[in-house]
Amino acid sequence: MKAAEKQGGARQATYLWVWGALLALTAVTVAVAGLDLGRVAVAAALAIAAVKSTLVVLYFMHLRWEGRLVIKLLIPITLVTLAIFIGLTYTDVLRR
Amino acid sequence: MSERHVDSAGGRLGMWLFLCTEILLFGGLFLLYAVYRFKHSAEFHQASLELNRFHGTLNTAVLISSSLTVALAIHSLAEGRLRRTSLFLGVTLLGGLAFLVVKGFEWGEKFAHGLYPGSPELLAGPKGEVLYFGLYFMMTGLHALHVLVGLGVLAVVLALLLRGRVSRERPILLENAGLYWHLVDVIWIFLFPLFYLIT
Repeated sequence: MKAAEKQGGARQATYLWVWGALLALTAVTVAVAGLDLGRVAVAAALAIAAVKSTLVVLYFMHLRWEGRLVIKLLIPITLVTLAIFIGLTYTDVLRR
Repeated sequence: MSERHVDSAGGRLGMWLFLCTEILLFGGLFLLYAVYRFKHSAEFHQASLELNRFHGTLNTAVLISSSLTVALAIHSLAEGRLRRTSLFLGVTLLGGLAFLVVKGFEWGEKFAHGLYPGSPELLAGPKGEVLYFGLYFMMTGLHALHVLVGLGVLAVVLALLLRGRVSRERPILLENAGLYWHLVDVIWIFLFPLFYLIT
């Protein structure tokens, strides 16, 4: 089972579950936008988007079964770089 | 087995590196968005009311589903089921086309209301709305361009699959095309709430 999973990624049912979860989370994000959450709304929308993209990257893009450490590390490195860009720019804008 | 040596891990690594540059490309635009939204939050909210939430939600579902079908195509190829693979690829292509059609209607609606970059109606309004629509057209336009490129790549892969140049033994082209398609989906997952669901 493990060897078969390594080559083709997940079982077919897993993809369908992930798809269902992605659609459900889309419904949740639309519903949450309907509530008046004020400042928390952006955080909620971004958190849901982060969960959705993690599901896509891990399951649809097979990163969960990726054997090469270099490839596994690329996305975290890119995200940290981006976080530094955004973080530093934002502190500058906020304190001006 | 092919006579040529195929380095699939190397091919994957190259594709992921390219995808990371794409993340940084859109990341820069998201940064612009974040700063302008902070400076003009009320006007951003006002401008976002112009967008059609139904179109945005529909396109999210369409793109997520086409991500599923391309994943299933790769899965089918790994099982050696070529007919299923081409069928799922065909459905993926239809999904991408549907996305662009909806996007076309959506943009057409905006144009009809006099909302396009540099339109007199828009320039007469508050500055924050000019910035919002500038970013909206730039980011969804760049994203739609990526959908178009993805469709082209997937169509080529489908043609190669039918000619036996992409097969169970040589799936790398389909796998990398799939990775690109999923990335386009991931970018939309962020564009959707940030433009359509501002409260």
